[in-house]
Amino acid sequence: MTQTTDTSLEGETLRLPGAAMTEPELDAWFVREVLPLEASLMQYLNRNWQDSSEVEDFRQDVYIKVYEAARSERPKSVRSFVFAIARNFLIDKVRRSQIVPIETAVDLDALNVAADEPGIERSVIARDELRIVQSALERLPKRCREAVTLRKIEGLSTREIAVRMGISQRTVDAHLVEGYRHLADILYSQTDATEKKA
Amino acid sequence: MQPRHHRSAAEIGNRAAEWLVKRNDNEGWSDIDQTQLDSWLAEEPAHKIAYLRIEAASKRADRLGALRRPTEVRSRFIPALKVVAVAAAIVVVFGAYFFTTLSGVPEKTYVTGVGGHETLTLRDGSRIELNTDTSLRITDSGAKRVVSLDKGEAYFQIVHDAVHPFVVLAGNHRVTDLGTKFLVRRNNDTLRVALLQGQAQFDTEDSRGTQQATLNPGDVVVATATSLSIIQTPNQTLTDELGWRRGLVVFRHATLAEAAAEFNRYNLQKIVVADSHIAQLNVNGLLRANDPQTFVRSMKMFFNIRAEVRPEEIILSR
Repeated sequence: MTQTTDTSLEGETLRLPGAAMTEPELDAWFVREVLPLEASLMQYLNRNWQDSSEVEDFRQDVYIKVYEAARSERPKSVRSFVFAIARNFLIDKVRRSQIVPIETAVDLDALNVAADEPGIERSVIARDELRIVQSALERLPKRCREAVTLRKIEGLSTREIAVRMGISQRTVDAHLVEGYRHLADILYSQTDATEKKA
Repeated sequence: MQPRHHRSAAEIGNRAAEWLVKRNDNEGWSDIDQTQLDSWLAEEPAHKIAYLRIEAASKRADRLGALRRPTEVRSRFIPALKVVAVAAAIVVVFGAYFFTTLSGVPEKTYVTGVGGHETLTLRDGSRIELNTDTSLRITDSGAKRVVSLDKGEAYFQIVHDAVHPFVVLAGNHRVTDLGTKFLVRRNNDTLRVALLQGQAQFDTEDSRGTQQATLNPGDVVVATATSLSIIQTPNQTLTDELGWRRGLVVFRHATLAEAAAEFNRYNLQKIVVADSHIAQLNVNGLLRANDPQTFVRSMKMFFNIRAEVRPEEIILSR
């Protein structure tokens, strides 16, 4: 069954592909369309680059290119857009590096990724969001998890959390900072957190 | 080898999270702070992107608020009532009691069918809105204003009159208006009263006598034949619940099973969830109560489930 008549379901005003975006539109677009691809992107980068310690920086570089390029023209297919940029980025890296690893060179040619499986990530996001976030929370280090739980579930202020946990407010802040960073990695970078049951 | 001209993604990510915690989780965020954040964000696209990413993760974590236990239940929990007899017997006894005190006064019955929605305006300007599949009787003698809710749900906006109190009866429970807006729902032997504005008194009776509680805005009473509790409920939840006044149903973190049950209150074509896995899927949204088909269509779109549409039911399965 086709879904062509259902485009009005999401009430948001969508700018047509090809048009330029304002900064807030660009930000919202990035969060909504690009971040959900992160797990696939990380997999792609890891598979095609030997030194895994560099991959997080590569992701950042790819994101910058995506963000900047989308500012002047909203891409039609986000997925192929992101992976085309990632591919060019890696090719460039390989060219610049002293040694070209053979496997990488070979892989780069076969880099067609499944460019356009429509919206797999999005339906994963829509599914069971609460449970996904909850299982991400459970994977945080103990003290972080405690601070994030008191903040997000119990709705306590950082001052109240400090009292409850018997630590300084500054330490609470540090736990939250660490907690959010882990959450972002689990929620966006790690495949197993989002795709465990289909 | 080129030297890296910017800091590592990890460092930037950390800095972005520090900004976010300072801004959203602490008090005392000032205009100066905002200006500083803005200029940090504008410094490099990497900053902006790291901030967007961490902010999005934190926002997703806000969903965890749905897990907050309703332990804002205040200490004025009314002790659970004991079943002394079959619940129905109690209802009959008190029903009869109230009936005799009212006998001789004209009584009018109002009924809505499945999917129905009616608004009644009383002589004093008080308004009663009946939701789907509801039946209630009104006795307005001038001296006393009494509504008996036999089944279903109604929203009351009452013009207060201390001399002529407005009373809603449902089984062995009674709500007395003290100048107020409230919602009453009766479903088999469970009664739910939500107070939105003003104040009301809630009484319930059993063999041991009357139990009373004063309700304030946000209070929700849930009473069965054997138990009674008062839970403080967020405003948003109550507003969502009143969506039916505009013909809407609102779901926030509902399971698909709960959403289907809610649609089924309004429609003769029932949604049947035939699979225990999909029954647990999480549903958010605002939909027309009388349009289960659109609901089912969007479920299919998001969840890859199958829907078999028959005249009297829509069966959802994997």
